Amino acid sequence: MSLGEIRVDHVSKAYPQYFKLTAGFKSFLFHLPSALESMRHAHFEALHDISFTVAPGESLGIIGHNGAGKSTMLSLLAGVMLPSEGQVSTSGRIAPVLELGAGFHPDLSGEENVVLNAVILGLTRQEALERLNDIVAFSELGEFIHQPIRTYSSGMLVRLGFSVAIHTSPDILLIDEVLAVGDADFQKKSRERILDLRRHGVSMVLVSHAMETVRAVCDKAIWIEHGRVQAAGSVGEVVDAYECPK
Amino acid sequence: MRTTTRGARVNTRIQWSLDLVRELTRKELKVRYRNSFLGYVWSVASPAAQAMVYFFAFKVIVRIAVEDYGLFLIAGLFTWQWFANSLTVCTGVFLNNASLIKKVAFPRETLPLASVLNDGLHFALSLPVIAVVAALYGVWPRLSWLYGLPILVCLQFLLILGFGLLVSSVNLFFRDLERLVTILLSIVFYATPIIYRMDMVPERFRTLLFLNPMTPLVVNYQNLLLHGTFQWGMAGLSLAYGLIWLGIGWWVFSRLRWRFAEAL
Repeated sequence: MSLGEIRVDHVSKAYPQYFKLTAGFKSFLFHLPSALESMRHAHFEALHDISFTVAPGESLGIIGHNGAGKSTMLSLLAGVMLPSEGQVSTSGRIAPVLELGAGFHPDLSGEENVVLNAVILGLTRQEALERLNDIVAFSELGEFIHQPIRTYSSGMLVRLGFSVAIHTSPDILLIDEVLAVGDADFQKKSRERILDLRRHGVSMVLVSHAMETVRAVCDKAIWIEHGRVQAAGSVGEVVDAYECPK
Repeated sequence: MRTTTRGARVNTRIQWSLDLVRELTRKELKVRYRNSFLGYVWSVASPAAQAMVYFFAFKVIVRIAVEDYGLFLIAGLFTWQWFANSLTVCTGVFLNNASLIKKVAFPRETLPLASVLNDGLHFALSLPVIAVVAALYGVWPRLSWLYGLPILVCLQFLLILGFGLLVSSVNLFFRDLERLVTILLSIVFYATPIIYRMDMVPERFRTLLFLNPMTPLVVNYQNLLLHGTFQWGMAGLSLAYGLIWLGIGWWVFSRLRWRFAEAL
């Protein structure tokens, strides 16, 4: 496999339902036989037999209504979950663009959070420090970078999170909705940066409800509904089909 | 199935893992001190206050026949504090980092590891305070402290990390564990010779107390700090407990880790 490649081969994902357990010991013990039974059988199939590939430098949009299984697909790609069936293969560094300050600590400054986040995403501390200036510059936070991030607006958090992710030299960038936040200028800038990264061979997977972003950024798309592929192909065809279902 | 091919070389990966643990530990330290005026004082204040209460209750009122009882208490309580704090923090550590666990595939074991290191560092920093109390009791630093204390700290680290991995993983699936840990800790506290001496325990209960993995550690700390004697047999028992619990903790953790993101 070459760096930045993604292969998803007949992937299904079923979640065991944990509600009986997370509800606590008591209900678990009181309903022990039925609880054990339900543990064995209660599965919710979030994805069913999905296959696609993303070549290095290609970008794929995943569209579909809420609860269709888009986020599950992204989790499988990020490697935080295993598929129940089929195979997910990725090559190279994966950087998820985290939602509003995920993994950020509110009491630490923007700068401290940047270094921590960059290291969690796979940079060594040395690399993180070398890139700090670029990350701060791109986020346009200026002097705010020294303030604790609990004082940041949601737009500022998105800018910072996005900036960290794109500076980790990813081979694969996973983007989940977040770009809709932030002001128009930053949206334009981040979209340009995404196109720029694409030209440099970074693969992307974008999950979004904003069809114009999908059209602008992606080469191809899959439309998932109830965990199954409804349509797949070039971004124009799939988005057209999604927007005006026959 | 999932395969991930990574470009990075092995030594970069090792450097990265070290950096990750260091940054996470550093974060814990910063967060603890950021909003605190007295900072370090608090990590010593809590076991010190407990020591005073027990001293009053058991030395002044009950008149327990333990020499240098203040130093004896401090030795046990500071050790216990690391154990209890780490387990309490570890129980919630994956839950509190849910957003990261759900999005980023970094090695999950670094989270409990960092919080055990954080409290371990505080324990190490409180050793000078113990030395000062010892000096007040006329006990001066000995040569045996130089090798004894580092060995005990390492043994305790193994044990706590094992428990930490265990409770942090299991808590995602049995959220009640948090309350259970609190109760168990208060029971195990009294089953550890911290406020009483081992030879006061009736013969038939002594073996039972040694099933508690904290017992050989605490006894060793006490003898080392009060009399300067390091008990190699006790250390061997501690090593056995440390390895057993680390093994159990790691086994449970590695069986559950792929389900973390699903349970959150």
